Amino acid sequence: MSEQAIAEDVHNELIGDGHTYGTISDKITGIVLTDPKKTPLAWVAIVGIASMGVLMLLGTITYLVFTGIGIWGNNIPVAWAFPIINFVWWIGIGHAGTLISAILLLMRQEWRTSINRFAEAMTIFAVMCAGLFPLLHTGRPWLAFWLLPYPNTMGLWPQFRSPLIFDVFAVSTYATVSILFWYMGMIPDLASLRDRAKHKIARLFYGMLSMGWRGAARHWERYETATILLAGLSTPLVLSVHSVVSFDFAVGIVPGWHTTVFPPYFVAGAVFAGFAMVLTLAIPIRAFYGLKDLITEKHLENMGKVMLATGLIVAYGYAIEAFMGWYSGSPYESFVMYNRLHGPMAPMYWALLLCNITIPQLMWIKKCRRSIFWLYFVAMSVNIGMWLERFVIIVQSLHRDYLPSSWHDYSSTIFDWTMYVGTISLFLFLFFLFIRFLPMIAIFEMRMLVPRSGVTGKAGPPPPLGARAPTGGHAGDKHAAGVGSGGAH
Amino acid sequence: MSSGTHAHAHGAHDEPPIYGYMAEFDHPEHLVEAATAAKNEGFTDMECYSPMPVHGLPQVLGYKNRVPLMVLLGGITGMVVGFGLCYWVSVLRYPLNIGGRPFNSWPAFIVPMFECTILFASLTAVFGMLALNGLPQPYHPVFNVERFAEATRSKFFLMILASDPRFDLQGTRQFLAHLNPVTVSEVPH
Repeated sequence: MSEQAIAEDVHNELIGDGHTYGTISDKITGIVLTDPKKTPLAWVAIVGIASMGVLMLLGTITYLVFTGIGIWGNNIPVAWAFPIINFVWWIGIGHAGTLISAILLLMRQEWRTSINRFAEAMTIFAVMCAGLFPLLHTGRPWLAFWLLPYPNTMGLWPQFRSPLIFDVFAVSTYATVSILFWYMGMIPDLASLRDRAKHKIARLFYGMLSMGWRGAARHWERYETATILLAGLSTPLVLSVHSVVSFDFAVGIVPGWHTTVFPPYFVAGAVFAGFAMVLTLAIPIRAFYGLKDLITEKHLENMGKVMLATGLIVAYGYAIEAFMGWYSGSPYESFVMYNRLHGPMAPMYWALLLCNITIPQLMWIKKCRRSIFWLYFVAMSVNIGMWLERFVIIVQSLHRDYLPSSWHDYSSTIFDWTMYVGTISLFLFLFFLFIRFLPMIAIFEMRMLVPRSGVTGKAGPPPPLGARAPTGGHAGDKHAAGVGSGGAH
Repeated sequence: MSSGTHAHAHGAHDEPPIYGYMAEFDHPEHLVEAATAAKNEGFTDMECYSPMPVHGLPQVLGYKNRVPLMVLLGGITGMVVGFGLCYWVSVLRYPLNIGGRPFNSWPAFIVPMFECTILFASLTAVFGMLALNGLPQPYHPVFNVERFAEATRSKFFLMILASDPRFDLQGTRQFLAHLNPVTVSEVPH
């Protein structure tokens, strides 16, 4: 019994008091099915501002395609600058969504339930933003399909030994699997929306998306099997994606890139950045939509703990980089460290250490993990820090490599920034469309968390097998009432 | 399930006048107990509906879950396709001699192979699950029952199909009523 009591305690921390299957369903579907005229003004304002940013992004892309990538600051020797920094930054942010939906599912971490859906949405939108950068960085994006293996009149085929082609396979698989996982997870909830929707168009929209889901037991069984298998497949996938991204660097011979610590350190950094972004989004949304009893302080605290743990792995990565700078005995490797600490872009490295290592240590303190202000502060600091990390790795390594004669300083242009801010706007724009039109919390999974003790059914268990005595009272339906004294079956 | 099999199973009529009966319950435990009772009564053609997975029900209803095997086959296919693509391109179609290194440099092909394995297995998991479940299916008789909208919110349903050999218009309804449900509804075709 005590085990059950503990389980109930855990439940009670993850879900507010007094919730039943019905109230949870109504609360989450209610957000989506709000009358369009009653859409919260703040939502309209955010989407309005974000759509202006999207226009800025479209303007930048148009100018870029007409003019060429010379409008960006990257040039030899720093050929990879903002586009690749932002690509890695966005891909990394996406990884928390997969981690929450797949790895925590396999580990039966129930606290993931109320945040997995929008973390998955975050993954998809982040991957979309990420994909824009390498696509446009090719310089001739209208020929980007050359990356794919297909028979062509030039008789050319991709080089399958290159991490850059690994990247094409990894990122496109990741995007596909993330979308599948997200959509499949929503099917039962879309059916809930279909059955609750009042307006004809809404019923049609959710009806088509839910594909006629009716919650049959056999369907659920296959559905759960598919979910678990997909989680099992996504787990190595997410690890492979950021490992492959790190191969883009580690397989090169540029000092500061050519290290074996890159794959694990990139994966940990990705999860670190991703949880920071989940917190960045979850904290305001749960306050605004009154979801504090579904996304509780316990959830926020756990995310703080994950940030701390992955942050420590990242710190280990930095330490190993510094150590190898000395231990390798290579003057080029040690110069990279010297240049990071004392070179022209040293403030970036110091800011990185502050944002990614020093500030997250606040998460050791329970008070900070339970405080919205400090959690948000740490999350924002990690968002910035992880961007700086990619800046340090890419720009600081490239701008001074082996030959001093080819050294050149780097500076960004206004179009680097309009592109970057534009993708942030695109991300927010898509995200806010998602929370308005699709269920942002997995309703059916939340129903499974409803505490047993909270169920107050008036009907007792059905009569024992074989007992045929009508029990009256409970069979309240008018049809059923008529058969109470009928013949035995 | 075609109407032909209904008629055959039912024997007496060409087609049963209704699709089946549906009993509504408040709690998942009651649904499991009701389904067990129906099974012990000898019913075989039944289905349960619930707003979330109810563990134990599939065992009561008894059926074979083929999703895992399909996903395994999908994954193996993906792996073979991935390796085949790399091999065909790098060894047969477009061999590049780089310092005399082997054309079939399989360790470098592991990443594309792995990604293809995951991609094919995942596509099989999702589309295989949908296909085995017969989805998308725009129409199903259960949607004719007004109370059934609760199946995606808070209620649990047991349906006994008219195609069941033991189905009887009076007796089956009575049997369901004895299981202590909230209501028993008729499911029209």
